[in-house]
Amino acid sequence: MSLLGLHKRIERSSGLLIFGILVVSSIGGLVQIIPSLYQESLATPAEGVAPYAPLELLGRDVYIRESCSSCHSQQVRPLLAEVQRYGPYSRADEFVYDRPFLWGSKRTGPDLHRIGGKYTDAWHRVHMVDPRAVVPNSIMPAYPWLAERPADPDGSIAARLRTLKRLGHPYTDDDIAAAADAVAGKTELDAVIAYLQSLGRTRARGSGL
Amino acid sequence: MSATVVHYEDRIVAAFTAAAVAWTLVGMLAGVYVAAELVWPALGFEQPWLSFGRLRTVHTHSVIFGFGVSALIGTAFYSVQRTSHVPLFAPRLAWFVFYAWQATCVLGALSLFAGINASKEYAELEWPFDVAIAVAWISFGVVFFGTLARRKVGPIYVSNWFYGALIIVVAMLHVVNSLALPATLTKSYSLYAGAQDAIVQWWYGHNAVGFLLTGGFLGMLYYFLPKQAEQPIWSYRLSIVAFWAFVYTYIWAGPHHLHYNAIPEWVQSLGVVMSLILLAPSWATMINGVMTVSGAWRKLRVDPALKFVVLSLAFYGLATFEGPMMAIRSVNMLSHFTEWTVGHVHSGALGWNALITFGTFYYLVPRLAGRPLWSTRLANVHFWLALAGVMLYVIAMWGAGVSQGLLWLTLDDLGKVRYGFVDVMAAMAPYYALRLVAGGLFLAGASLMAVNLWRTMGGLETVPVAPPAGALAAETGA
Repeated sequence: MSLLGLHKRIERSSGLLIFGILVVSSIGGLVQIIPSLYQESLATPAEGVAPYAPLELLGRDVYIRESCSSCHSQQVRPLLAEVQRYGPYSRADEFVYDRPFLWGSKRTGPDLHRIGGKYTDAWHRVHMVDPRAVVPNSIMPAYPWLAERPADPDGSIAARLRTLKRLGHPYTDDDIAAAADAVAGKTELDAVIAYLQSLGRTRARGSGL
Repeated sequence: MSATVVHYEDRIVAAFTAAAVAWTLVGMLAGVYVAAELVWPALGFEQPWLSFGRLRTVHTHSVIFGFGVSALIGTAFYSVQRTSHVPLFAPRLAWFVFYAWQATCVLGALSLFAGINASKEYAELEWPFDVAIAVAWISFGVVFFGTLARRKVGPIYVSNWFYGALIIVVAMLHVVNSLALPATLTKSYSLYAGAQDAIVQWWYGHNAVGFLLTGGFLGMLYYFLPKQAEQPIWSYRLSIVAFWAFVYTYIWAGPHHLHYNAIPEWVQSLGVVMSLILLAPSWATMINGVMTVSGAWRKLRVDPALKFVVLSLAFYGLATFEGPMMAIRSVNMLSHFTEWTVGHVHSGALGWNALITFGTFYYLVPRLAGRPLWSTRLANVHFWLALAGVMLYVIAMWGAGVSQGLLWLTLDDLGKVRYGFVDVMAAMAPYYALRLVAGGLFLAGASLMAVNLWRTMGGLETVPVAPPAGALAAETGA
């Protein structure tokens, strides 16, 4: 049967049309995604990469809530200018505990993947509450409410860790039991700062480039 | 003769049209506000719900899912009835789609204001909304394909292939990308982590652009353009070839969002090659559209609706050329992470999606209401405001993005980075101000349209229209 003849049949049957679209549109996704999901090197942590501590995890979730990744990437590309500006380029084995990934697609502000340890906690505290106090021409919004809210208002940190454990993160039962105490009395600002200070420090401290 | 005359279900089309117009205003107002925040950061007033991150998400969500999808479902329901010569299958289910979709979008926007956010770009809603979207979407598919299955016309008309691809592929993308394990009612963790999550997310993200913002709107084009130009599609055969090439190729292009990032090299390279090949089916469709209008150029002088659609074709051609260029690694090195990306998206979203929808509504609403457009002059003013707005927007963001990319990468004579990040940021101020003006112009035009269409509708009454006599005769067995 000629191709156009075959098509004459497809365009007369909504069932065949649905089937055709499903098959033809799946091929690319199957070829690109399935091998990646089974590629060990994308899911094996680099040396020194550990799952987030409870306070860091809460901070990461606040970072997600405020959609910080709209303006800040977490992905240093292997380009001379980027490595100079931000630090060692990012590798897949540094992100295996990131659910979801936060590489971002836009830099209205600078990349944050190597921000850990670059500034003091006190600097971050001032910067988050009043960005223009430390960077005069910054256009970042101020986040004063972070300093007023408890880090874990609904007491869900244990549930969060348990969910991640089910997804394969190596938290022990003791880690989960101790989590609530570890974040007691902390604010969301403490949590975000703990998260930022944890970012990308493995390789920055370790082997260099 | 049977006494029962069957009418098309057009009240639901009118409802989706009204919703799409309302979401235009909401989404674009949010867009103009976030643009203003980049000029005057104090406009956040230290309120969580007004801060840039949350409001930007509300902007993209309202425009894509509120405006875009409402327009697509409404026009799909309008055209599938007419190309099949039967009223909508399961009209009550169709009304369920309307209320479920609008409720999901409204509550979804509120949840984003509240900071309930899964952070996957263009799929930010948390898991209860993901479930609701899947239910509404599948119902949409049942109504659409049910109507097709009962059609009185032999071949399935071209526009329905594109709407069909929209329904099937977006369902697939949504389900796979949203898989997550809930920790609480408002917080879940993705089934995928790190680089793997990035690959899945951009497979979704790019193809939401491909099958929703491109394929879906091509469905709109293939029905409404021939109607407006009063010319048949220039080449039926070209539309077949372009359709299958488009469906096959688009799905591969996602990894071009992840150049120089920590995903396997071969995935990136496949993404580039397929993005370049994609130029062929994209332009085949554009050429088919332009040739369909040829012969009706005279109508352009008097018909504002056709003007919008023809201009949208030009922006479609522009954006589908720019996209493959930005997928080339050496260009992407410069453009990635800059305002150029934002400019590219808006040349597509404002220039292609919004303009073709506006043109379609100017054609559709008078027919739904059974009276001429309230003001042709106002529609012409809207046309020029929209054109000025989108041109200014694209030029401003292109200038901003190219400057940003060049300044970031410049090294001095000693091989050191020349400009600090803060210096480059300061250089963006004039571009951001221009963008704000551009967005304001575009929003002003859309507001004029809202008034015009509202007055044309005279309060949402629709004229009942029956299928052609032949089709009715076949159904009643006369």
